Amino acid sequence: MVDIVRRYPGQLAKPAFQRRAGMRQFVRRRTTIAFLMCLPLIVIVAGLIIYPALYSIFLATLNKAQTRFLGLGNFSYLLSRDTFWMVIEQSAIFALTAVFFKALIGLVTAHLVNNLPSKGQRKWRGMLLVPWVIPLALSTLGWWWLFDPTHSAFNWLIRGFGGTDVPWLSDPYWARFSVILVNVWYGAPFFLIMYLAALKSVPEQLYEAAQIDGANAWQRFLHITLPMMQNIIAITVLFSLIVTFANFDIVQIMTAGGPRNMTHVFATYAFLLGIRSGDLPLGAAVSLFMFPILAVSAVFILRGVRKRGREIG
Amino acid sequence: MADVALRDVVKRFDEVEAVRNISLNIPDSEFVVLVGPSGCGKSTTLRMIAGLEEVTEGEILIGGNVVNDVPPKDRDIAMVFQNYALYPHMTVFENMSFGLRLRRTPKAEIRARVEQAAKILDITELLDRRPKQLSGGQRQRVAMGRAIVRNPKVFLFDEPLSNLDAKLRVQMRTEIKRVHQKVKTTTVYVTHDQVEAMTLADRVVVMNGGRIEQIGRPHDLYHRPKTHFVAGFIGSPAMNFLPARLQPNGEALMLRLSPELAFPVPPAHAARYRPSVGKDLIFGLRPEHITEPRGEERDPRYEFSMTVDVIEPMGMETMVFFTVHGKEVCARVEPTAAKPPGQPIRLYANLNHMHLIDPATESVL
Amino acid sequence: MTAAVAEYPRAGGASLKRNRRWALFTSYFFLILFAIFFLTPPYYMIVTSLKSDAEVAHLASNPWIIANGVTLEQYRLLFRETDFLIYFKNTVIVTLCVVTITMVVSVLAAFSLSRMRFWGSGILATGIFLTYLIPDTLLFIPLFQIVRGLGLLNSYWSMVLVYPTLTVPFCTWIMIGYFQSIPKELDEAALIDGAGHMQMLLKIFIPVALPGIIAATIFAFTVSWAAFVYPIAFLFSADQQVLTVGTVTSLIKADVYKWGMLMAGALVAAAPPLIVYAFLMDYYIAGLTAGATKG
Repeated sequence: MVDIVRRYPGQLAKPAFQRRAGMRQFVRRRTTIAFLMCLPLIVIVAGLIIYPALYSIFLATLNKAQTRFLGLGNFSYLLSRDTFWMVIEQSAIFALTAVFFKALIGLVTAHLVNNLPSKGQRKWRGMLLVPWVIPLALSTLGWWWLFDPTHSAFNWLIRGFGGTDVPWLSDPYWARFSVILVNVWYGAPFFLIMYLAALKSVPEQLYEAAQIDGANAWQRFLHITLPMMQNIIAITVLFSLIVTFANFDIVQIMTAGGPRNMTHVFATYAFLLGIRSGDLPLGAAVSLFMFPILAVSAVFILRGVRKRGREIG
Repeated sequence: MADVALRDVVKRFDEVEAVRNISLNIPDSEFVVLVGPSGCGKSTTLRMIAGLEEVTEGEILIGGNVVNDVPPKDRDIAMVFQNYALYPHMTVFENMSFGLRLRRTPKAEIRARVEQAAKILDITELLDRRPKQLSGGQRQRVAMGRAIVRNPKVFLFDEPLSNLDAKLRVQMRTEIKRVHQKVKTTTVYVTHDQVEAMTLADRVVVMNGGRIEQIGRPHDLYHRPKTHFVAGFIGSPAMNFLPARLQPNGEALMLRLSPELAFPVPPAHAARYRPSVGKDLIFGLRPEHITEPRGEERDPRYEFSMTVDVIEPMGMETMVFFTVHGKEVCARVEPTAAKPPGQPIRLYANLNHMHLIDPATESVL
Repeated sequence: MTAAVAEYPRAGGASLKRNRRWALFTSYFFLILFAIFFLTPPYYMIVTSLKSDAEVAHLASNPWIIANGVTLEQYRLLFRETDFLIYFKNTVIVTLCVVTITMVVSVLAAFSLSRMRFWGSGILATGIFLTYLIPDTLLFIPLFQIVRGLGLLNSYWSMVLVYPTLTVPFCTWIMIGYFQSIPKELDEAALIDGAGHMQMLLKIFIPVALPGIIAATIFAFTVSWAAFVYPIAFLFSADQQVLTVGTVTSLIKADVYKWGMLMAGALVAAAPPLIVYAFLMDYYIAGLTAGATKG
């Protein structure tokens, strides 16, 4: 009691309005601290993400030497090139096919793991997640070696079964298949983990109730599992769509866009034009073509995440 | 040790008035319970005393000093939360001593004070455990220990027993009372459970809709409620309410509950009720005052017959429910006197304990 | 109907059990197939790295097994004759710096955003999540220009500068989730106990949200260890190179690919994340799933 008097000597005597001011000052101080704590984050996000993103729009309007303003020149130039249309096509094929199979394999494996007795689940989950843990550039190197034209270990097996060598990376269509295969291999475990977590969050009682109502395994999946997981499936698919669209490592390492530019995706093509050929503005323009699809996915993801946040409460 | 006072305290959240002009004086070492339904403003009031919510208008005084702008840590209070709010990563000892350590109390003194508090609460063997390893009752004790250790001017309890099961709740209730008798710290205790309020409090503050309905000793609240709300809120099972009218009957008054049912008002009450003759009123009578006819000097005018709707045997007695003019009424009878549903039962209304409420003002006449 | 009821207790019990065993069997069968698919590349990488050059080059022999004896020659070559250790050292430096920066920045911001309010804090929290969705392949060209402008091109310190764009938004996002799940009463108890903002963060929030801190740290670590786009675009000399790009591009020197050594390099480079994963799998997975389930 004496303490308080000593610590707040003037306070008791002050009229009410001045005390209010003191409170406001306290609140303002708190706000300042809150803002200062966020400041490093704001600096990083603004300086290294927002600013470069906007800067790239400006950059994309310049000529190669960055001396002249071209307006939409780079974009119209790109759209007039067959190669670029092929990049768009391949990016779409790559992302959509890969995400579809990742989601499918993820869903199937998540169910399989969930079927196991809970003791063994951890072990299997740990094993199946390995592709996701190895840095992608390094595992892609392993795949590249598996696809090596002369030493391919897959071809050795195929020959053993009496088949002929598959031109994994030298034939454009096989090369497209190969890069998608590697992406599916790398990304499916992510789906597995997300779906497994979602499966575990479905209350067991719902299944028991459905079983008593006479639903078989497939009906339980259709009417309970899927609706309950709907949101997380949507979030994961959209998220993976963004990441897959923007993928760089696999194509760059295995084919560098070849053969005949048929495996190029936006990222590798931007790298080729922007960094390798030194035309930064043109490269920036290529990257920016990713923006619409990213923006649309992002909006839907955000909606999904918010909804899920509310569900979890 | 200190007294606590609230002067015309108002709390607004944006446009919503959670607490509407409350004044309350709590003398030193009194145990006051704020009770009311959820949303009545009792927790907000407590949190304003703690300094966790700002006071919109009015003043709060602790030990005679206005503390509106004093941060919680300098108010010299301790609080026990509903979910205990024990720090999960600290042992019981660390939990209890956290406040003292932050205040840089000497180590030896911390140890002495924690051990003393642990002894009071009988948790000495638990000092090295973590909250996760404790049962609900033990956590509750630790939360209280954390408050006692600080030796604050005021204890604040925010529904501390509502997460415990019924048996433990009764046990901890006694414990809290015992601790208070030992340390005699001024205590403000919030609960929605009127039984808890009645058993613990020196004085009970019944709140409703952000206002204080009545302040009084438990006995007074029970027998002399001032408002319709208090009459209905205090007591379990709750008081029976029936629409009623007073009719003059010569010198005496008749209380008419339905075309078939009317009782003479006991002469002791007649003078008080006479001005309300002819008005629409609400008649209140607790279940324990409707029994089977028992005792010697009973007045046959208060006996009546009803058909039993539902019975709830409680062991010591049986609750019998019946309907008067469409309203459910509960009587409390000896188990042997109870009749099965559908059968008539003879009952006796002890109108010496009756209340009459004016529905216009909601106050008890 | 009556027949079924009469018969049910015995036959039903047996078939239930048989059904369950059959389901378990098919689950295991398909899981083994998937496991083979998922583990083939790492297995093949290990096998190759333990072979001699001669056996790797030999076309006729079974590439899936080691026929001529296990040798650590490839690893010896990797450490002795290449710049691999330089890449390793650079990666360690970069990763340590990035993880530290990331955790300090994101924990401070998450604490502020989850508990305090200031003008624009709601927008900021959402904005952080959106920036996480902007991929590095969209940013590397403008960042190239910026890094060049700062004179940091071909210096691994540029990685310390740009990697936080990959880690900070997500780590902040999941830390906000973890901090928000701490009951508000805990801060209030600490407030009454006399804790200030920093004490609250250091003594209550960080210890209580330790699983989240670990998950976020692992995330920051694996992301900076595995980053590929920025180093391949910004670094070109061997003394500044990091592991991913160094292994994939610079180890391939002569016309002949030294596949055994390449695989050895890839495996050693992949080892740290794998080790972290092996020991902290549950935290790793928590971090992975946190983005969609928290916040």
